[in-house]
Amino acid sequence: MRFWAGALILTLLIAGGVSYLASAHPDGLDSATLRGCEVVEVDGAEELSGNCIAAHADEHPLTGSPLADYAIAGRDHTGGLAGVIGVLVTLAFAGGLFRILS
Amino acid sequence: MTQQLVAMHMSDGIINVPVSLMFAAIVVAALGFCGRRAQRELDERTVPLAGLVAAFIFAVQMVNFPILPGVSGHLLGGALAAILVGPYTGALCVSIVLVVQSLLFADGGITALGTNIANMSLLGVAAGYGTAVLAYRFTARLGPSAFLAAVVGTVCAAMGFVVEYAIGGAAPVALTAVAGYMFGTHLLIGIGEGVITALTVAAVARARPDLVYLLRRTRREVPA
Repeated sequence: MRFWAGALILTLLIAGGVSYLASAHPDGLDSATLRGCEVVEVDGAEELSGNCIAAHADEHPLTGSPLADYAIAGRDHTGGLAGVIGVLVTLAFAGGLFRILS
Repeated sequence: MTQQLVAMHMSDGIINVPVSLMFAAIVVAALGFCGRRAQRELDERTVPLAGLVAAFIFAVQMVNFPILPGVSGHLLGGALAAILVGPYTGALCVSIVLVVQSLLFADGGITALGTNIANMSLLGVAAGYGTAVLAYRFTARLGPSAFLAAVVGTVCAAMGFVVEYAIGGAAPVALTAVAGYMFGTHLLIGIGEGVITALTVAAVARARPDLVYLLRRTRREVPA
């Protein structure tokens, strides 16, 4: 029991707290797709200028959804709570599926 | 802020629609196969661990670590999941994380789910688990085997993207440049992934060795 409780608490702490320390720079794939482009400000919004793979990317169809971009309704500093919700949803989804499969 | 600057996974439109749908069809068939095989890996002990592994991968993927000036990386989780809960259940764990991220957090495109799952789940798990089995057979050391498995799994997942880009890339960017950059960055990301994977697997093995799939599997083989 101690193992399960400890692992769950650690997981929630990572998503809810440690995630604030994450690097904000693009990851390996994103930086590969951004090569050749510059990020420019156009009317206060960031846009890509130049010829890169990411310039061909479509906006996500769920961009306006309540948890988009790991934030609560797009608000700043809500990434931790969004992460905790994500952990619980993933746990429920995976736990349910694996229970059915077992 | 534009979507592609904060997302962790491939957006829609980077690989053209026909190739994306082809990979989606492959992934649906592969995950169906995994679902049937996972039944043999899952019992009352491993079901809770499998759920927890999926949730843990979701959490750790949020923590991007720096690898180069201006470039970060994050855990993919294929080797980690496969070593702890088995390759078929592990592939389902990583796939569930990618589905939750795409549908709930708008991270990773929807038509790109097939390519993202093919890379990080199917390729990452297959290469990572294969490496883990071989490395553990030769070294009998779990931590170093997990580290190597994670490095190989991460680089293979990145090369999956390169193959998809070669077949159906929508942008006129040279394939060799994409391949070289993806290989280099993901070798570095793989080292980070290797450290996280080795530490996590070693911690579970110390607390509950009976739960680690790779250890149970090899123990079953030895007495024969």
